[in-house]
Amino acid sequence: MQNKDGQPPVKKFKDLLNSFVKKLKELLGSLLIPLLAILTAIVVGGIIIAVVGGDPFAAYAGLVQGAFGSAKALSETAVWATPYIFAGLAVAVAFKGGLFNIGAEGQLAFGAVTAALIGYALPGWLHMSLPAYIHIPLAVGLGVLAGAIWAAIPGALKAYTGGHEVINTIMMNYIALNITSYLLNGPMRDPDPLNLSARTPEIAVSARIPPIFPDLRVHWGFVLALIVAVIIWWLLWKTTLGFEIRTVGANPDAAKYAGINVKRTIVITMALSGALAGLAGAIEVTALNYRHELGFSTGYGFDAIAIALLGKTNPFGVVLAAILFGAMRNGGTEMQFLTQIPVDIISVIQALILLFVAADAIIRFIYRIRIREERVVLTRGWGS
Amino acid sequence: MDWRRFAIIALVIAIMFGTVVLVGISQNSPLVIITSMLATTIAVATPLTLGALSGLYCERSGVVNIGIEGMMLGAAFFGWLAAIYMNTIFHQAPMLSLIIGVFVAILTGGLFGLLHAVLSITFKVDQIIGGTVINILATGITGFLNRQMFFGSGSVFGGQVPHAPGVLPSIHIPLLADIPVIGRIFEQQPIALSAVALVVITHFVLFHTRWGLRTRAVGEHPRAADTVGINVVFMRYANVIIGGCMAGLGGAYFTLESISSFEPLMTNGRGFIALAAMIFGNWTPFGAWAAALVFGAAQALQINLQFFRDLIPPQLAVLQNAYVVGLAPYILTMLILTGLIGKTIPPAADGKPYEK
Repeated sequence: MQNKDGQPPVKKFKDLLNSFVKKLKELLGSLLIPLLAILTAIVVGGIIIAVVGGDPFAAYAGLVQGAFGSAKALSETAVWATPYIFAGLAVAVAFKGGLFNIGAEGQLAFGAVTAALIGYALPGWLHMSLPAYIHIPLAVGLGVLAGAIWAAIPGALKAYTGGHEVINTIMMNYIALNITSYLLNGPMRDPDPLNLSARTPEIAVSARIPPIFPDLRVHWGFVLALIVAVIIWWLLWKTTLGFEIRTVGANPDAAKYAGINVKRTIVITMALSGALAGLAGAIEVTALNYRHELGFSTGYGFDAIAIALLGKTNPFGVVLAAILFGAMRNGGTEMQFLTQIPVDIISVIQALILLFVAADAIIRFIYRIRIREERVVLTRGWGS
Repeated sequence: MDWRRFAIIALVIAIMFGTVVLVGISQNSPLVIITSMLATTIAVATPLTLGALSGLYCERSGVVNIGIEGMMLGAAFFGWLAAIYMNTIFHQAPMLSLIIGVFVAILTGGLFGLLHAVLSITFKVDQIIGGTVINILATGITGFLNRQMFFGSGSVFGGQVPHAPGVLPSIHIPLLADIPVIGRIFEQQPIALSAVALVVITHFVLFHTRWGLRTRAVGEHPRAADTVGINVVFMRYANVIIGGCMAGLGGAYFTLESISSFEPLMTNGRGFIALAAMIFGNWTPFGAWAAALVFGAAQALQINLQFFRDLIPPQLAVLQNAYVVGLAPYILTMLILTGLIGKTIPPAADGKPYEK
C-alpha cells in the first residue's frame, strides 16, 4: 500500500518522527546554555549571599514564594514582566538589525511622558470627554510614536553620518532624563497641593487600560505583550521588511549588493525598536501607574539588554527571559522582607546570567559541553 | 590632533567661559571668574580624563571598552569601602586610609580590566556585550554591598555609621600656586593632578617607547605584529588591565576626592562621556584631554550659573534652568560623533578578537 508520494505510510511516519526528534533536540540544545547559565548564576549568587552572612536556601525559598506562591504573586510577576517583554523585544529587534540599542530607557521614558500627557490633558484641550476606545489608542499610539522618533534620531545619525549608535543612544538617554525631569518638575507637574514628588497628574479614567481580574493588578497590557511578541516574530521571519532587517544585521555589504536600502533599513529598525520601548512606557502609564513619575523607569534599559541576550534575540525567548526577570524582581521584594537580604542581589544574579550567556565558553568549559552553535554577530566596532 | 579640532575646542570652551563672565561680571572681575571656572573645569574633568585614558589603552591595543562606567563605579565603591574600613581600624588616620582607598580603587579597576580581558581576549565575547556585562555587574554589586554593609542586618559596622575619612586635601604646588589670582588654578587635589600628569605620560608611552609601538601594532594589525614576534594576547591583556587601573583611579575621584560618601549609580554616565571624549580626541591622549576639558567646562558652566543664578538677565532666563544647561555636554557629544567636527579614525583592529 503506497500513497501519492510513493512512500509507505510507516516510513513517512518515521520521517516525521525523526524530524520531530531532531527539532526537539535542536530546541533542547538551544535551551541548554541559557538554562545552565541561569543555574550557574543562581549558584554563584547563593555563594555571595552565604559569604555576606545570609542563608541562600531561605533567600531563594522566599524568592520563589514571592514570585509564584499565590495568585497575587503570579499577577505581580506578570505586571513586572510586561514592560520587560516590550523593552526586551525592542533591544532584540535592534540586535537582529545589527544595532545595539542601549537607549531603551530614554525611549521608554518618552513613551511614558507622552502617554501621560495625552492621558490627562487631551480631554481638557478638546473640552470634551473622550470614549475609552479612542482615548486609550491615542495615548498609547502617541507614546509609541514618541519612542519611535526618539530612537530614529540615533538611527538616522548612524545611517547617514556613521555616528555610533551605542554612544548616541546613551546620550539620548541622558537628554531624555533631563527633559523629563524638566517637564515633571515644571510644566507637567501634578498641581495637587499635597504632591511633593516630580510626577504628572493622574490620567483620565477614559485613558486607563483595565485590569483582567477585579482584585489583581495584572492588566490587559500583559496579554498585549504576548500578542506583540508573536507579531514581531511574524514581522521578522515572514515579511520582506523582516528579511531586510535580518540581512542588514547579518551582513550590510551583502544586503547592499542584494539591492536593499541599508540606510533606510537601519532607520526603520531603530524606529521599530524605539516604538516597542515607547510601548513599554505607554502601557506602564495607561494600565498600571495611571501617571508618570520620575525615576520609575530606572534600570529597564539595561535589564532589557540582558533579557534580549538571554532570549537569544528570539521573540519567544525574550518572553521567557522577561517572565524570569519579572519573577526575580517581584520575588526579590518578598525575599528582602523575609530574609533581609537586599533586593539588589537580583541585579548581581542577572548580571551573572548575562555574563554566562554572553561568555558561553565558560559554561561549555564548566559543564564539558561539546555541541557547537553558530556564533551570531551582534555588534560591530566603531569603524563600520 | 589637527588644528581645526583644536580651534573648535578652544572656541567652545571660550563661549562657555564667556557666558559665565557676562553673567557674573557685576559682582567679580572677569579674571577671578575665569580663574575659578578653569580650576573647576580641571577638577570636574578628572574622571573624564582618566576614563578617556582608560579607553585609550584598551582601544589602542584593539579592545573596545564600554565598561568604563562600571569600572569607575566599582572602584569608587570599593575604594571608599576600604578607606572607611581602614579609618575604623586605625582609629582615625584619615590620610593613610585615603591612600589605601585610592590603591584599592586602582586595584578594583585593574580586576575589572582583567575580567574584560578574559571575556574579550580569551573567550572572544562580543566586546560591547562584555562591557555591558561589566556595567550591569558593577551596578548590581555596588548596590547590593552598599545596602548590605551599611544598612542591612549583616552590616560590617554593626549598624553604626562609621566615621568617614573625608577627602584628599588639595596640594599646593610651589611657585605656580603662589602666582596671584590665577595661582588658584594650580591648587588641585592629588587625583586631578595625577590625571594631568598621566595624560603626558600616556602620550610619551604610546608614541615614544617600544611598549607603545607594540601596543599600537596589535591594535592596528595584530597579524603583522604577531608575525614579527609580538605577543598579541599578552599586549592586549596588559593594556586592558592598565586601562582598568586608569578607570579605577577615575573612580577614586568620586568617593575619595570629590565627596566623602557613596551613592548607587553616582558615576552618572561619566564613563560614557569619557568614551566620547576619547573618540572626539581621535584616540590621542592630548586630544582626549582637550575633549574632557570641554565636558568639564560644560559642567563648570552649570555649577557657576547656579552660583550666579540671581544675576542672570531675563532674556537669558533659559540659563537659569539647570536641566536645559545640563543638556549641553550630551548634545555636544552627539554632534561630535556625527562627524560634523571632522572625522575620527579608530585603530584598525579595534573591537576585533585576534584569531591565530
